Amino acid sequence: MVPASSGPGPIGGDPNLQRLFYGALALLGLVALVAGGLRAGAPGVAFGLMALLTVGGALACVWERSVVRSAFALMATFMGTAGIFVLLEADFLAMAQVLIYVGGILALLLFGVMLTPPDLGERKLTRVLGGLAVVGAATIWIGMQVAGSANFSGQPVLTPGETADPVTAKDIGVGFLAYDQYVIPFELAAVLLTVALVASVYIARRKRSDYAEERR
Amino acid sequence: MSLGAYVAVSAALFAIGIVTIVTRRNILYVLMGIEMVLNAANINFVAFGRHYGGLPGGGGGLEGKMFAIFTIILAAAEAAVALAIVLNVFQAFNSVKPSEADQLRE
Repeated sequence: MVPASSGPGPIGGDPNLQRLFYGALALLGLVALVAGGLRAGAPGVAFGLMALLTVGGALACVWERSVVRSAFALMATFMGTAGIFVLLEADFLAMAQVLIYVGGILALLLFGVMLTPPDLGERKLTRVLGGLAVVGAATIWIGMQVAGSANFSGQPVLTPGETADPVTAKDIGVGFLAYDQYVIPFELAAVLLTVALVASVYIARRKRSDYAEERR
Repeated sequence: MSLGAYVAVSAALFAIGIVTIVTRRNILYVLMGIEMVLNAANINFVAFGRHYGGLPGGGGGLEGKMFAIFTIILAAAEAAVALAIVLNVFQAFNSVKPSEADQLRE
């Protein structure tokens, strides 16, 4: 953990602000749970919980001053997204989400945190809140425009639990390899991953000149 | 829950991701914001596939999931390359602020 003396004040910043933020987050979560429960019963509560994990984790990520704390808040977002996938009956996707995002990408981010200096005290509260206000207003406005033309709240064609045969992991595996489905994107993804990993090793490797400098 | 609820969560996540990218002055926060935006797109893919996949020609919701899986693959590749770039930028400029990495040659 970073010693508190390396930045101005405690890691979280002003403790009162911190309390205010997490209190508001808890209130938001309570509202989400109650609203979900009133609208759809137990599945609604589950959805409210997952929505709270997803959105609350993201809010905490943009709020916190310390990169480590933000990274762990991001873990809540990833787990909440995995829960939403489960609610949408995409079990395989939820598993892949936990494995790749939490186990892989988050670990990479934490490596990045450890290999760069701590950067406390750079959060501009007004900037974050102003950004949230502007982007939130824009998103809501665009959402209203789209919701006016599309029919989101009306009757969905399927509601969870209704399909006779939900998509299983086997369907996804067959979809990857069947000639008339996704074999070309699948192979392209394999090539892309190979190129990306080899290239990142090449970029991040120590240069020959570094070794020469060290020997001197 | 209706499709609108999932889309609302996705929109909120997308908005917060954009705010993270724009307002924080640290490359790692930019990466985190990108991951949030990609996650929001994934929720949308799966939710729309789940709700409209039962239509004729909808494929039973498989399309949305395949799209989401390919997005996750892209995100993994992006994170690996981005971390390598972050490390190199830090070595070259001794800073992790995007605004300070402003020249290509050493």
